[in-house]
Amino acid sequence: MISSAQPAAESSTAETGGTEPLLSLRSIAKRFGSTTVLRDVSLDVAAGELLTILGESGSGKTTLLRLIAGFERPDGGEIYMGGERLDPLPPHRRRVNTVFQNYALFPHLSVFENVAYGLRVRKVTRPEIPKRVEQALALVKMTEFAARAPAQLSGGQQQRIALARALINQPKLLLLDEPLSALDANLRRQMQQELKSLQREVGISFVFVTHDQEEAMALSDRIALLRSGQLEQVAVPREIYNNPATAYTARFIGQTNLLRGRIENGLAQCGTLQWRSKVPDGPATFSIRPENIRLCDPAAAADSVRFRAVILNQTFGGPTDLLEVSCPDGRVLLVRVASRGNLAGECDFEFNAGDAIHVKD
Amino acid sequence: MYSRAYKTAVAVPPLVWIAVFLVAPYAFLFCYSFWTVSQQAILHHWNLGNYRQLLENSMYPMVLLRSMRIAGSVTALSLLLSFPLAYYLSFHSKRKELLYQLVIIPLWVSYLVRAYAWKTILGSDGVLNTLLQYVHLTNHPLDFLLYSPFAVVLTLTHIYTPFTILPIYASLEHIPRNLVEASHDLGATPAQTFWKVIFPLSIPGVVAGATFAFVLSLGDFLAPLLLGGPSGIMISNIVVSLFGAAYNWPLGAAISLVMLVIVVSLLFMSERLEKRWSFS
Repeated sequence: MISSAQPAAESSTAETGGTEPLLSLRSIAKRFGSTTVLRDVSLDVAAGELLTILGESGSGKTTLLRLIAGFERPDGGEIYMGGERLDPLPPHRRRVNTVFQNYALFPHLSVFENVAYGLRVRKVTRPEIPKRVEQALALVKMTEFAARAPAQLSGGQQQRIALARALINQPKLLLLDEPLSALDANLRRQMQQELKSLQREVGISFVFVTHDQEEAMALSDRIALLRSGQLEQVAVPREIYNNPATAYTARFIGQTNLLRGRIENGLAQCGTLQWRSKVPDGPATFSIRPENIRLCDPAAAADSVRFRAVILNQTFGGPTDLLEVSCPDGRVLLVRVASRGNLAGECDFEFNAGDAIHVKD
Repeated sequence: MYSRAYKTAVAVPPLVWIAVFLVAPYAFLFCYSFWTVSQQAILHHWNLGNYRQLLENSMYPMVLLRSMRIAGSVTALSLLLSFPLAYYLSFHSKRKELLYQLVIIPLWVSYLVRAYAWKTILGSDGVLNTLLQYVHLTNHPLDFLLYSPFAVVLTLTHIYTPFTILPIYASLEHIPRNLVEASHDLGATPAQTFWKVIFPLSIPGVVAGATFAFVLSLGDFLAPLLLGGPSGIMISNIVVSLFGAAYNWPLGAAISLVMLVIVVSLLFMSERLEKRWSFS
């Protein structure tokens, strides 16, 4: 977890800033009646990127996806794809395909016909169709299911067919609306891995909507965190986890401790805790991840911040335990430590000042 | 779970109902159709004479065929009228509730009133003829409007169209909208989406509506009586007269049973068709 080596994909997307993005949302606004669903959303998606739109329910993430697909029109702003205006086009004229939340397979058509649908309506020549359907089914390892009806498939299998049906059109961009939310936990993790490797294989940009932050971190090149219709932060998973820009981001992605205090003369003061900080003077909020707090090591680094706290609660979590501890000033903090049997009473804890990330409130 | 006594108590009322109102009448009808009538008395002599008569006297097959033709026309017209309306209501209307109620309202008006209304409209000095003469499209009343199969078809279409709209509307409402979006998403134009997704998935409603219109029209008796004239006589009118003035209950019962067999086979086929095209 602490390793600093980053996979190539993460750094490569960070460099795509210079080239033309595949998809560009500019100041998108969307209202339904008097409710504003999206406000001033600007976002670029690079070619070959897997971008996750993460947010709570009601944050506007599905609406954003529907705007890109063309099922909704923005009330403000523009969408560009490959430099051309996308938002005036009807859905059937966009090189964008969607994997729907509950798959939306056509119940009256066989698996083969479902996958062939996009080819048939686009009047692809007849002899070409079986070959391409076969390729698409092979891509999702569903070749032997061609003759089945969708109702005869399990959730995971329907999921694969929905993918094959979308990918057969060779879209420039694939939209996925919480595609894994209906699957059980194990299948879900397996499909995450498959989706990711499939995306690498076909090289198509994926925009993936989810409310599950773990899924977002496991899957994405970049995460766009949406909060009440506005983008809170857009960054690679490691960056968004290690350097959350706001208190909301820090809380939404992973667990964290938020410390509210003041900076005076370069000294951060949160209750009884204090440490040197480069943040300008004034009120400030810091985020410290539970795993960055540890039981006191007698030979601790010089810049570590120490405190004594009473253990209130201990939750076993396999390799690690989560402690709930109460500081002398009444503040309750979460601490993640390697599992080592039951702890109780008062203990000494510490964290590095550098792990207290200054966040906007 | 439930006691024997409780189960019996629950089952008895419907069983009695079925016995009294369904089994008994049809059993009587069945028996009568094999009996004969002689000098105003019904003789319990079992024979197939009535059925033979139905085949030999060309009037009965002819009227039955005409009834089917009229019912077929009513069905076709009703579907043509109701599908676009149901489709508009389900997919494009912003005032669904209101329009839905407007479709329903005629059903609250007595059948008889609606049939008489058409008589007033189609008669030789009726609303339509007066209007046509007023705008000089014709200088004498058109007499084929009333007392003709045309009048019967028109009236029955008007009366039974709500019965086709409702099941079609229901089946259209049941189509998950994300299937329509998926179709557009995959590159289908609105017309392609209609023919490849919406229409096939509405077939159960269309079949149910067609069955309503056809079966109800086939056995209709009032519209031909009021508006049909001699050329618009339908099979039910014959049954009515056989049970009435003609006093030939056995022959009437035989015709009724033939009708029953036709209708039951139709219902059976339509059920199979609906099943074949249902997916939920």
